[in-house]
Amino acid sequence: MTDIPLLAAQNVAYSYGSRVGCIDISFDLYEGEVLAIVGESGSGKSTLLSVLSTQLAPSNGTVSYRMRDGVMRDLTALSEAERRLLLRTDWGFVHQDARAGLRMGVSAGGNVGERLMAVGWRHYGNIRHEAADWLSRVEIDPARMDDRPTQFSGGMRQRLQIAKNLVTRPRLVFMDEPTGGLDVSVQARLLDLVRGLVDDLGLAAIVVTHDLAVARLLSTRMLVMRHGRIIEHGLTDQVLDDPREPYTQLLVSSVLQA
Amino acid sequence: MANPQTMIDLRDVSKTFVMHLQGGSEIPVVRNVSLSVRQGECVVLGGASGAGKSSILKMIFGSYRCEDGTILVRDGGEQVDVARAAPRRILELRSRTLGYVSQFLRVIPRVSALDIVAHSARMSGTPDDAAIARARELLAQLLIPERLWTLPPATFSGGEQQRVNIARAFAADRPVLLMDEPTASLDAANRAVVVDLLAEAKSRGTAILGIYHDEDTRRLVADRVVDVSVFAASGSAS
Repeated sequence: MTDIPLLAAQNVAYSYGSRVGCIDISFDLYEGEVLAIVGESGSGKSTLLSVLSTQLAPSNGTVSYRMRDGVMRDLTALSEAERRLLLRTDWGFVHQDARAGLRMGVSAGGNVGERLMAVGWRHYGNIRHEAADWLSRVEIDPARMDDRPTQFSGGMRQRLQIAKNLVTRPRLVFMDEPTGGLDVSVQARLLDLVRGLVDDLGLAAIVVTHDLAVARLLSTRMLVMRHGRIIEHGLTDQVLDDPREPYTQLLVSSVLQA
Repeated sequence: MANPQTMIDLRDVSKTFVMHLQGGSEIPVVRNVSLSVRQGECVVLGGASGAGKSSILKMIFGSYRCEDGTILVRDGGEQVDVARAAPRRILELRSRTLGYVSQFLRVIPRVSALDIVAHSARMSGTPDDAAIARARELLAQLLIPERLWTLPPATFSGGEQQRVNIARAFAADRPVLLMDEPTASLDAANRAVVVDLLAEAKSRGTAILGIYHDEDTRRLVADRVVDVSVFAASGSAS
């Protein structure tokens, strides 16, 4: 067990003008951990995800990341080229709406292959072979490789987005409501798939969700956010089975039991 | 076993729930629980329903918080205080040392019974092939019909789900096992299998702390019974 975190947030804040997006955010994420960030709409969880993944620059505080060479770097101090390389290789970002993470006018194979080319793959046959392998890992028939995502169902698009993100073997994947908007049966399949991949590849992941059942199945640790702040954190089962804060108790007791 | 080590050691553990949705009312659960379990020993928690037996197991596993007292669990050469340890340390403890079986099977919907059990063996370091072999052996031993092995347990009967859960716990072969009524809806034949599995685990040195409502199981597996009502948090006990 290495004691250096993969990602560390210290006193991170982001403001939209005078309005607080998130504030006083500090936590460490270690290799192989899946952290869920839960809270209702407007709690600041998506803002926080954008800051952690460098899409927004923090108004205060620092986010640092252990690069592949083992050195912790302050993400705001990276050059634009370094940041883009990180995003394309060592990180993945799975959007709620797959259209935001895919190029809809490019074939499924092309979407996956593109990321490989970004990390230097050049041989067409190898790229195609690797893309086909990843399509089957996310349970898309490789025969559909030349079809565009516009011809796919919502669940298939989401799986394609995951393949595209994982093909470069990232060490950290951000997920924003990865099962939002999908049918329940499709959700179950996707959760199963994501958990299997996380286990097999030893990925770290930060999953933003308002769905506590998704958080329970995917994550090992949990942050609960409200009004931009972390109000409770701990082991996922601890937060869900023995919530301490009034707001968390309300969230947990509001879940519909099937 | 010569000189068995103490694997679980609770000292003055107390638990109170604060229910904020009911105006912050406090529900005391247990007070000053002190007990220990050694290698190869099976200690059974007794006492009426509501006495706090499950809460004690959940505090040891770390899924309930513990504000007062210490909960020491031996992890190799080290003792971890679950009441204070960082989440990451507790996760590590669970992956190597500390197993927990409840009456309820909580799994991802689409995964087959065989994979659930094999996964548990793999997570504790058993290589792939051996993990699958061990899973098959346990499912057979627990009398789960082979035609069900490749199916997800969501559609199984309550008793079958419970047996998958038990198989999962024994597949991992962890040195400390917490069991929260794992035999609640099993028939006599299946309870006998569980009793055998418990005896095997004890002979390997596993420390077991469990709740078993049925008298036969309790009599067959318990080395000691700790009556939890002596730790009652309310009433005359204070």
